[in-house]
Amino acid sequence: MARPMEEIRWQDLEIGATVSEPGCSREYKTGSWRSLRPVVDGEQCIRCGVCWLYCPDAAIDRSEDGHFQADLDYCKGCGICARECPVGCITMEIEES
Amino acid sequence: MAKERRGIEVSLAIAEAVGQADCDVIAAYPITPQTHIVEHLSEMVADGHLDAEFVPVESEHSAMSVCCGAAAVGARTFTSTSSQGLALMAEIFFIASAMRLPVVMALANRSLSAPLSIWNDHTDTMMVRDGGWIHVFVENGQEAYDHVFWAFRVAEDPAVRLPVAINIDGFILTHVIEPIEFEDDELIKRYIPEYKMEKALHPDNPVSMGCFGMPEIYTEAQMAREKALVGSYATCVKAWEEWAVLTGRRYHPVETYRAEDADYCIVTMGSLGETAMVAVDELREQGEKVGVIKIRLWRPFPFEDLYGVVDGKRVLIVLDRAISFGGPGGPVALELRSALYNRPQAPTVVNYVAGLASRDVTVEDFKAIILGGKAKAAAGDTAGFTLYGVRE
Repeated sequence: MARPMEEIRWQDLEIGATVSEPGCSREYKTGSWRSLRPVVDGEQCIRCGVCWLYCPDAAIDRSEDGHFQADLDYCKGCGICARECPVGCITMEIEES
Repeated sequence: MAKERRGIEVSLAIAEAVGQADCDVIAAYPITPQTHIVEHLSEMVADGHLDAEFVPVESEHSAMSVCCGAAAVGARTFTSTSSQGLALMAEIFFIASAMRLPVVMALANRSLSAPLSIWNDHTDTMMVRDGGWIHVFVENGQEAYDHVFWAFRVAEDPAVRLPVAINIDGFILTHVIEPIEFEDDELIKRYIPEYKMEKALHPDNPVSMGCFGMPEIYTEAQMAREKALVGSYATCVKAWEEWAVLTGRRYHPVETYRAEDADYCIVTMGSLGETAMVAVDELREQGEKVGVIKIRLWRPFPFEDLYGVVDGKRVLIVLDRAISFGGPGGPVALELRSALYNRPQAPTVVNYVAGLASRDVTVEDFKAIILGGKAKAAAGDTAGFTLYGVRE
């Protein structure tokens, strides 16, 4: 999906709208859907990974020091991570822009 | 199998044809009147006469799902169903064509419930008219046998890659014994050589099929589908021409009988065309200038072929075998009225619905319909439809 969807003509589609470029959903950034942003308090985080496990979009990454952060390119702000975090270190804050 | 002429139940001949086509995967659930087709196929596989995977699924929804999966990896795939089975299959039916999977289906046409009916009409197939498949109607056992090969030939053509439904009138065709000209296996191999699908599902070359489509892309996907179905017309015709060269049996998108000099014609689809021909012969003896027009290719609809035979006719009496409830007539009449609407000097269309749930449409009935239709046209009584023979 090198081109934005808006520019794809019907003739450009592969047969049966098959997608032969594996993993191209990465190029579709869903972060813009978000109205709430998860903010992690690194001091409180016990690095258990529950947020990573529960994220329905696999949009939480683990950093080298073992902390977890939402990938804001894909996080839709559903808030499941904040709800499931056993120590309550994730708060959902309103996106200003 | 060598070339031979054999008396056989049409369902069994269809199954034999699927075997001769060297089908790879068959997934089906038994339903009257399709049962004998898949029953015989399961025997052929179990007895080692056909090297195929026979998947005895738990429902028609699964049958079509298995067919889609099998077709997606490039297997030659067949299924068969009727009526309620088709209804249960409907969700995946539309997906097969959208994903351009060349599944071939023998659709043994049967009424939809209720009341529960196992008998024949076209209400099941009309339910999926807009499902994006190629639809062909056959008139007798030989045509049913021949069109199994034609269907694979068209479906798998790289320029087409669409599923094909062969509409075969339940019981009237499926359960009768007819003499069938079987072709030899070598000829079939020449007609439908081994099939290699482009961009099939394969771990070495991963592709995704049936992806999510946002509003930005859905319209384009539908346009591609429409173009594919309309574009398949050329291959449909070419495949019939090739079959004629090999076997001498010729088929056309729209066929006629004594229609050339006719003032008015009866229009049919499927097995009743043969009865209509007898009725026309008898009416001709009485001096009626009448002919038969038979629509063989239902989707893609053969507009130009239709114009070629109806231009100059005064009246078309369309015999439908389904009702579009609350609409202006049967599906075939709707199609013709629409196709002819802007045609200069278009013939008048009069619509009868008859033969629901296998109620007999005899030669006498055809004569009554033809003469009745002619009278209606003369009286300007052409709106809607007449449900022939209904007691009231």
